[in-house]
Amino acid sequence: MIELAIRKRLRSFELQATVAFDRGVTVLTGPSGVGKTTLLRTIAGLVRPDAGRVTLDGRVLDDGRAHVPAHRRDVAYVFQEYALFPHLTVLDNVAFGLAARGVGGGQRYAIARTWLERLGIAALAAARPRALSGGERQRVALARALAWTPRALLLDEPFAALDPTTRARVRGEVRETLSTLDVPVVLVTHDAHDTAAFAGAPTVHIDRGRVSS
Amino acid sequence: MLRVAVVLASAIFLAFIVVPLGSLYAHLSPDRFVALVTSPPALAALRLSFLTTLASLALTLLLGTPLAYVLARGRFPGRTLADAAVDLPIVVPPAVAGLALLFVFGTHGWAAPALDALHVRLAFTTAAVVLAQLFVGAPFYIRAARTGFGSVERVYEDAAATLGSGPLRTFALVTVPLALPALAGGAVLAWARALGEFGATIMFAGNLPGVTQTMPIAVYLGLSSGDLDLSGALAVVLVTVALIIVVAARVFEKRAV
Repeated sequence: MIELAIRKRLRSFELQATVAFDRGVTVLTGPSGVGKTTLLRTIAGLVRPDAGRVTLDGRVLDDGRAHVPAHRRDVAYVFQEYALFPHLTVLDNVAFGLAARGVGGGQRYAIARTWLERLGIAALAAARPRALSGGERQRVALARALAWTPRALLLDEPFAALDPTTRARVRGEVRETLSTLDVPVVLVTHDAHDTAAFAGAPTVHIDRGRVSS
Repeated sequence: MLRVAVVLASAIFLAFIVVPLGSLYAHLSPDRFVALVTSPPALAALRLSFLTTLASLALTLLLGTPLAYVLARGRFPGRTLADAAVDLPIVVPPAVAGLALLFVFGTHGWAAPALDALHVRLAFTTAAVVLAQLFVGAPFYIRAARTGFGSVERVYEDAAATLGSGPLRTFALVTVPLALPALAGGAVLAWARALGEFGATIMFAGNLPGVTQTMPIAVYLGLSSGDLDLSGALAVVLVTVALIIVVAARVFEKRAV
């Protein structure tokens, strides 16, 4: 479980959030520019709150004094434009998190390949991100985020970069993959179709820095 | 009419650059060139230039890379000032740079007590050649690297961090590879500037054959001693290297886009 009680001064307002994300998918909605991404980045450790506390399964990640840096949090993040490393192959992108944790070459690539197969993109292992379609990039980003079994997964507008026809299909695929996870998953969106696709999931709404469940 | 004037002006200026440089190649017969370039004084200058520019390039990369990154990414008071300071050696006359280095590292310079205590003498040694090259050459690398690091989107560094990669690992595996064309282009320019270094070297390091007499200094001494052929042979080597660098820089530029 992710528990937050934080304050963070943004350009035109202050983000105040007291919220918990349990295991499974939670959809975080709200109009653009209300602090959704900042909330995700705070959980990931990319943004340091001005005050307050962030914990993950009881482990303190932020509490005003202590700040666990992003690379020691084991919190995976799927960025809006995916941020796949353009200089690495798909396989090396997916293996990156395992390499950072010291998993040796053979095992690392075996695990990465398993994930590529699971998401139906094994044929793309040697390709560079530049050569992929939007939907393929999305899957690589998801494989890269999950290959090292994170303790939580954050997705920032994961369908926004896709064209409308791909979007519907990818939504279904992602929902299926996420449903197999046993960790907190926070999915940020401002698109009503996304919210509808995850209709069974709890929803947290955020507006002008205020959070409501 | 205007068109003719533009073409004419362009042609005249191009000729102004190409003809003098080309004349260097015409000065010596191939046999004579080979004989001169393999003569002991030429070889000593070649060897010294090669070794000192290699050392100054290594120092440039080692000291310049962190500074370039800080200038590109850091937010601290005096950043603009530090940025301007890095550009200074490009504008300061090299002879002045040599004098400045003498005032600090010379026999009676500010650092003399410390250097004496360590029994180190810098002025008029090979080390002084390296320092002079570092002073005038490094800014070319730092400028290019600063721009290169600045153009790496932060989201890639953020992505690496969320994947468990520490700052140093992220720098080595993500930031540097993404900035590589700019870094390589800057390194080539810095090395070329170091290879051509004359003014600061002769002020701070002198012209001892085999110790501080680099190729540009040997070219100059040939003129003053009347041995224009040796100057010409070394000049051909320097211009050829410059040609290669200009072409290489174009290639890197294309890849950076």
